[in-house]
Amino acid sequence: MAEKKNSNGEVKLLGAWPSPFVIRARIALNIKSVEYDFIEETFGKRSQLLLKSNPVNKQIPVLIHGHKCIAESMIIVQYIHEAWSSSGPPILPSLPYDRAIARFWLTYIDDKWFPPLKSIVLGLDTEPIEEKLEKVREGLVLLEDAFNKISKGKDFFGGDQIGYLDIGFGSFLAWLKTVEVTEGVSLVHETTTPALAKWLQKFCAHDAVKDVLPPIDKLIAFSKMLRANVDLVINPK
Amino acid sequence: MEEVVLLGFWTSPYVMRVKIALLEKGIEFQYKEERDVFEDKNKSELLLESNPIYKKVPVLIHNGKPICESLIILEYIDEVWKQEQQLFSADPYYRAKARFWIDFFDKKTTTCGKKLWANKGEDQDAAKREFVECLKLLENELGEKPYFGGDHFALLDIALIPITCRFYTYEKLCKFSVEEECPKFMEWVRRCNMRESVSKTLPDPFKVFDFVLEVKKRFQIQ
Repeated sequence: MAEKKNSNGEVKLLGAWPSPFVIRARIALNIKSVEYDFIEETFGKRSQLLLKSNPVNKQIPVLIHGHKCIAESMIIVQYIHEAWSSSGPPILPSLPYDRAIARFWLTYIDDKWFPPLKSIVLGLDTEPIEEKLEKVREGLVLLEDAFNKISKGKDFFGGDQIGYLDIGFGSFLAWLKTVEVTEGVSLVHETTTPALAKWLQKFCAHDAVKDVLPPIDKLIAFSKMLRANVDLVINPK
Repeated sequence: MEEVVLLGFWTSPYVMRVKIALLEKGIEFQYKEERDVFEDKNKSELLLESNPIYKKVPVLIHNGKPICESLIILEYIDEVWKQEQQLFSADPYYRAKARFWIDFFDKKTTTCGKKLWANKGEDQDAAKREFVECLKLLENELGEKPYFGGDHFALLDIALIPITCRFYTYEKLCKFSVEEECPKFMEWVRRCNMRESVSKTLPDPFKVFDFVLEVKKRFQIQ
């Protein structure tokens, strides 16, 4: 799955194909047409390069731009928006208030919406699965409403172009679909979340996105492996 | 005519961040203190309306539009009220570094902060070790610079200084000394407290300690 793009080695991304956080960085690099070397980490093990470039969190993704190492997915996305400001469309909205709204929803997605979804993927028995699915659905209703207000009738959260919030939320879509298939449920649907259902189609078909979202059958197989190795997910070596 | 309102609570370090930033920028604002931040039924209508998802302070209301989450508010303030000396570096890499350290620090204080005053025994000890380790990493990041922002008091300094008003509380309850563990960090703390924006904003650490004891009693935490 890892594609090594031709580059002069100036830009490297440490990551792994299933990680939604890594996908965020890849989409942002694609939007800006930045060539980069994708260096795939092995699940459950941390390479020397990872430990050296992100000694504090020891987590992927890490963007290495020359001698600079940048960690944390949305910090990387903002860096890409700022460092390659003269290349390709902007990733963050232009108005400060719109930026604040996009950043707020990203915080909500990462802190409140994703954790129950992650818990389902990992098969954790912290609470009944129905309760977790309900939390995910409630969040999607909020995000549907947010989309309608923010997109102002256009295709994406970012308007005509995909932007910060599209990337932040869209990076989870393959995992969302995986949960729908493995649990036999419907989460994003044209009857319950019509705007998100339409947005999802357009987002997944976008040039900057389509080659980095992993195929669902591969993710389903990967999620089985994850559940069998939950310890390694929580405490990697 | 700009209308800037800040909803806050006197012990919240996240609110203090915003107050310091507003003072540093010389922005006039109206401060509204919440009566209570622990129970939703005691929160103001304005707070519940402006931040319906989290129902938390700080909320900055600029010309009627609410902005929530302290770091988001700080970035907003820096983008709207541009000055010669900005809070955030213009260099994307240094901006990324500042964001990274604030994110790291906030995650740490979320996981271990409450345990420092609400837990006992091994849980509290483990939280103390984690907190000290976090301060040491920050001390290392500071290095020989006067401020995290280099020569200038900047965004990362503003984000980190408020928690220091809780140091007395943590030290009393966990029996350790930040000065002994991280002397350079404390030098930075004293340097920041010489700035009016900080000394006017940070509450008396003894009052913070009394407040924590009251909270423990209220929620029957031993």
